[in-house]
Amino acid sequence: MNTAPAAARLLAGLTRLITGVRAQWAGAAPTTAQRVYYANHSSHLDTLVIWASLPAPLRARTRPVAAADYWDRPGLRRWLACQVLNALLVERAGGCGSREALRRIDESLAAGDSLILFPEGTRGDGTTVGELKPGLYFVARQRPTVELVPVYLQDLSRILPKGEVLPVPLLGSATFGAPLALAPGEDRHAFLQRARAALIGLGARG
Amino acid sequence: MNLLTDPEMLLLLGGIGGLLTLSSLIGWALDRRVREAPARLVIANLNARIRSWWIMTAVFVAALATGGIGSVILFALTSFIALREFITLTPTHRADHRTLFWAFFIFAPVQYLLVGIQWYGLFAIFIPVYAFLFIPLRSALAGDTEDFLARTAKIQWGLMIAVYCVSHAPALLMLEIPGYQGEGAKLLLYLIIVVQLSDVLQYVFGKTLGKHRIVPRLSPNKTWEGTVGGIVAATLVGTLLWWVTPFTPWAAAVIALLICLTGFAGGLVMSAIKRDRGVKDFGTLIEGHGGILDRIDSLCFAAPVFFHVVRYYYT
Repeated sequence: MNTAPAAARLLAGLTRLITGVRAQWAGAAPTTAQRVYYANHSSHLDTLVIWASLPAPLRARTRPVAAADYWDRPGLRRWLACQVLNALLVERAGGCGSREALRRIDESLAAGDSLILFPEGTRGDGTTVGELKPGLYFVARQRPTVELVPVYLQDLSRILPKGEVLPVPLLGSATFGAPLALAPGEDRHAFLQRARAALIGLGARG
Repeated sequence: MNLLTDPEMLLLLGGIGGLLTLSSLIGWALDRRVREAPARLVIANLNARIRSWWIMTAVFVAALATGGIGSVILFALTSFIALREFITLTPTHRADHRTLFWAFFIFAPVQYLLVGIQWYGLFAIFIPVYAFLFIPLRSALAGDTEDFLARTAKIQWGLMIAVYCVSHAPALLMLEIPGYQGEGAKLLLYLIIVVQLSDVLQYVFGKTLGKHRIVPRLSPNKTWEGTVGGIVAATLVGTLLWWVTPFTPWAAAVIALLICLTGFAGGLVMSAIKRDRGVKDFGTLIEGHGGILDRIDSLCFAAPVFFHVVRYYYT
């Protein structure tokens, strides 16, 4: 018997219960359009929270991009990552910029999946949004039909900060903003700045 | 004693049911009658509030029906969610993480455990003495001294308001009042009825007659007409319900007035906190009302005062 779908429902419910997160669709409606959700990163809960706050039909076709060095360990983690979350595990040696990771991401997009991406590459302290790695730019350039949706995660670093194991059950939030696309002639730096500003703007509005 | 066979209890519950039915009918009639757009928003909010009242009443009555333990668990959950709303709105530091974990998972549950096992001596001092001394210690051990006093005060106040004060409501069940043994649930229901009716009547009088604001910078919805009208009317109801309490009618009048006044103070203070944090509501859990803290702000102040007045004069 395949227990993964039941586990996925349970995990999504549990995540929403602990983090109190409800999706706020500020600039994008929850549709089945192919998307890359990119978010600020400050907690191990971030991946789960975005995934769990998507409506179930969207969740089924959305794959979190996760670091293989953390998730690809025998036992519970691998089962969760591969069977339940259907994560796309990539080596983060060079962040999203590494060629192999980008190839895997592109492959997955070509297959029609939506993705969850943390372009800062690593978890911050939750007070600021770091500079974005260029992976997001390459996705925008190679797959112009894919909508890039900024997701601002608030208070998750207070619920489970870097280096802590036990969560404190505050009420987090996930705000989904308006989709971005690469403008004609826009260079890498300008695009990444714009994408980062969109994230920061979502944080300021809530 | 089975509460649901107590005739006084049944009469009270019947009264609440009748009041809710009446408000639902009025809400329905208003919804059909009113056509102008801005007024329709008020009506929609009113009907959302009434729907939520039905649900809150059902949950509360179900908890009362299980006897003591159900009420303790219900108020423990209420406190937990209220603390969650409070701390979410209150900026804390990374260094407070472990302290907050203690607040949520040790201090709040233990406080209600003490209510459950009816250990009055420790219940009365557990948070103001032990939790309040431990909190700054735990944060100090974490080594971050920036805004230390403010951070400590915020967590202490969260525990005070959301846990300590609220826990005095189910603690009414532990009072041993001569000639009123085992009827504490009616006292709890009496407190909730007067507090919440005072809120509701202040809202109703404010919406219909309200003109002069009390503290305009704090809360545009609190007017002299609404507040005085609501408090007088709720005090009157509290007086007329003397027969469910151990009080004489005159004592019931004084105590009901005290509940209404402390409740008003609670609402005012919680509004000030919301203003300070720049939000309108503490949360979104209860449709039409906001968060749990928005619904129990008056209870936070009324419960401990009511508890101690009853304990001092009647036990």
